[in-house]
Amino acid sequence: MEWETVIGLEIHAQLATQTKIFSGAATAYGAEPNTQACLIDLGMPGVLPVLNEEAVRMAVKLGLAIGAEVAPRSVFARKNYFYPDLPKGYQISQYELPVVARGTLEIELEDGETKTIGVTRAHLEEDAGKSLHEDFHGMSGIDLNRAGTPLLEIVSEPDMRSAKEAVAYMKKLHTLVRYLEICDGNMQEGSFRCDANVSVRPQGQHKFGTRCEIKNLNSFRYVERAINYEVERQIAIIEGGGAVVQETRLYDPNKDETRSMRSKEEANDYRYFPDPDLLPLEIAADFVETVRTTLPELPDEKKHRFMTHYGLSAYDAGVLTASREMGDYYEQVVKVCGGHAKLAANWTMVELSAVLNRDNLDIADSPVSADMLGQMLARIHDNTISGKIAKDVFEAMCNGEGTADEIIEKKGLKQITDTGAIEKIIDEVMAANPGQLADYRAGKEKLFGFFVGQVMKATGGKANPGQLNDLLKKKLAG
Amino acid sequence: MHDKTLAELAAALAKREVSSVELTTHFLGRIERLDPQLNSFVTVTAEQALAAAADADARIVRGEAGPLTGVPMAQKDIFCTDGVKTSCGSKMLDNFVAPYDATVVERFKAAGLPMLGKTNMDEFAMGSSNETSFYGPVKNPWDTTRVPGGSSGGSAAAVAARLAPAATGTDTGGSIRQPAALCNLTGLKPTYGRVSRWGMIAFASSLDQGGPMAQNAADCALLLNVMAGFDPKDSTSIERPDEDFTAHLNQPLKGLKIGLPKEFFGAGMDAGVAKAVDEAIAQYRALGAETVEVSLPNSGLSVPAYYVVAPAECSSNLARFDGVRYGYRCEKPKDLMDLYTRSRGEGFGAEVKRRIMIGTYALSAGYFDAYYLKAQQIRRLIADDFKRAFEQVDVILGPTSPTTAFRLGEKTDDPVTMYLSDIYTIAVNLAGLPGMSLPAGFADGLPVGMQLIGNYFDEARLLNVAHQYQLATDWHRRMPGGFE
Repeated sequence: MEWETVIGLEIHAQLATQTKIFSGAATAYGAEPNTQACLIDLGMPGVLPVLNEEAVRMAVKLGLAIGAEVAPRSVFARKNYFYPDLPKGYQISQYELPVVARGTLEIELEDGETKTIGVTRAHLEEDAGKSLHEDFHGMSGIDLNRAGTPLLEIVSEPDMRSAKEAVAYMKKLHTLVRYLEICDGNMQEGSFRCDANVSVRPQGQHKFGTRCEIKNLNSFRYVERAINYEVERQIAIIEGGGAVVQETRLYDPNKDETRSMRSKEEANDYRYFPDPDLLPLEIAADFVETVRTTLPELPDEKKHRFMTHYGLSAYDAGVLTASREMGDYYEQVVKVCGGHAKLAANWTMVELSAVLNRDNLDIADSPVSADMLGQMLARIHDNTISGKIAKDVFEAMCNGEGTADEIIEKKGLKQITDTGAIEKIIDEVMAANPGQLADYRAGKEKLFGFFVGQVMKATGGKANPGQLNDLLKKKLAG
Repeated sequence: MHDKTLAELAAALAKREVSSVELTTHFLGRIERLDPQLNSFVTVTAEQALAAAADADARIVRGEAGPLTGVPMAQKDIFCTDGVKTSCGSKMLDNFVAPYDATVVERFKAAGLPMLGKTNMDEFAMGSSNETSFYGPVKNPWDTTRVPGGSSGGSAAAVAARLAPAATGTDTGGSIRQPAALCNLTGLKPTYGRVSRWGMIAFASSLDQGGPMAQNAADCALLLNVMAGFDPKDSTSIERPDEDFTAHLNQPLKGLKIGLPKEFFGAGMDAGVAKAVDEAIAQYRALGAETVEVSLPNSGLSVPAYYVVAPAECSSNLARFDGVRYGYRCEKPKDLMDLYTRSRGEGFGAEVKRRIMIGTYALSAGYFDAYYLKAQQIRRLIADDFKRAFEQVDVILGPTSPTTAFRLGEKTDDPVTMYLSDIYTIAVNLAGLPGMSLPAGFADGLPVGMQLIGNYFDEARLLNVAHQYQLATDWHRRMPGGFE
């Protein structure tokens, strides 16, 4: 039988606010345990939450960016359960009335087609603390630094039909939240993580199959592998005559498998009810309009502009707009080099990306600034250096040896474009290699490369390649 | 000295007839001598009180005193007090020293009122007799075999016995007004949102409101001037201009329209209570007020609605008492579930557990609509009843509680009868309105309270209406025998 996979994702994006969603404590990552937890985060008796307006602003930003409705009135609710890292015994979240509802996100499929994924809702909530199970001799330590950190939970429709689509959606959202500067997107630190709801059904069947939720996937690779594993598992169960049990599962990246965490029967009854400590969140239309004016150019818009304005391919434009910083860098390179968009695209995508990947750097920390790269490309374009020499110049810039012009000057890398000078060297090379010359003239044209190599060697690679080709052809012909 | 009102003591301090240290010493002495009969204090903070009194005296000398600087008072043990045990009447918090001050406490500190101590109360404010306290019942100074009411029973007994000139209370379903009635005091529950809830340990967040308990309305006005005001730390606190609640005390009542809800004068009320309230109504007519019968048709639903909403909120509010970070923790827990179940099982008393169970049930999947949502709809109906009534009248008057103080142990085995003690007060909390109780006479030697209910933010009018009555009567001046 042919099976169809159905996937919906719940993505938790940690909002990049300075302080927590309901308290004034800092949200910075990596502090000593419990040094960023105030009375409110500790759930002391008598404390009360006060909503951080910045978190609301960020949620609205996302809502506008995905063409969703921003609710004029939404409600915070308490999700009640006991856990040691949940200090109040409840999490403040939004339940029936979320702040953002009914948006869409377009993803690109492998065949180049686009597909629209529905975003059911996005709601604000607070994160819990962390339980630390090591180093406490059979007991658990609790770190409440993360407790109260603002999260935006973004829930998709079950619109994805493969692990690849799920990853494409997740990547798209990841790009978007960073464009909007509402989330740093750091998946290792858990700033952007995902729960995947996965089910299968016979191809053509309308009714959804029983789903399993895979919790806490914090890399694109894990999402893809966990879903693929889960799909195989469910199909095997059904084909073996069994039935999938609705449950929550965990993905183990070491074993590359998912395993049961708790079934629906064991699931908590969270006893949601509106939090009486917080008034309903009312968002005025002019607040939304003010936020709208702060929206940056969004990834799809930027990509489209790069294609039409710079004449880039869809692929190149996609790579160069993968992050706002990358796009900004590229545009600055184009500007400084004199508008050579294709040249700038190649260098940014190939040479620069290679260095960044090799040294595991963000583009913001690039050893070569956009201005420096742009200046170097200008030197290629005005024939001061060849593309080949440029690679050496670029490497030298990466090593902090100065600007392109300084390096060219210091190392004497300026291209030889003087016809007389090149001809002189060609003559010397021909004189030194009479046997090869005779063979060439007897029809062994493959030896042309040999002569090019010899001249380049003699000039330290500085001969202008185009001129050299022309001159050499003429001279060898005799 | 202790027979004087707060206003009289403040005047004596201002005239330097007495110092704050002398006053504070005097009240501390009375607490030491008389409180063993009453059990109205959980903690007496003599040292801090005397230090604060010395500061107050210095402020008075410097001419920097406010209207109440130097007058000592007591805080209900539900308000967090920095560095002082804050028990909320529970074994769960018997070891809890609060790391911060409640806004109410902070305001009284800033106004220069030394705190004598923390008063006993029903555990987590759940009770109408002060018998659910981990620290044992408080006795009513008018008859020590009887209850003082609850949950602010310690505050009521302490002020009634003149162990403190005034105290704070909190009122979720009548916890200021009912003990005030049973102890012959004047107590005010402000409009929801008037007084900050920051640092006031939550029972039912949408109903809880702190307020003053004192000998008379004028004193309550002075106290409310300190307590009330917007607090950015409480999202349900309401931002409005500051008011002087004493400003309208002396306004005559001629032309005042008093509504008498027919539902408050039916069966279930003791004859002695009915008689006293009737006489008070006659007194108001004599003062020039007009009385009009009004109807609050849904008031019969207030007790059932309250016993869904309040337990629902409390079941969630009390989840933080889990033995993990502070408060009671059971001995040698064998695992996490054992830590939770035994810490909570051993740390909470029976009434608290009963309400947590009721609330957990009411919020459970499948029951939420039938209980919680229905109760919220009833709240709206009740608020609408009052809204209609206030289109006709300025204030509403009725009994505070159907009975006078009952005997210790009399209702402890029958929670439903106990809950009916608040039958006239609960609707006010459900609607979020201000209400007060003031002495209206005696029945068989026990105080009777009458309740005044005002429109939203109409505390100044309530205090005016109460004060005018108190100018014409002397019930509020009577003191319990043995505590003169």
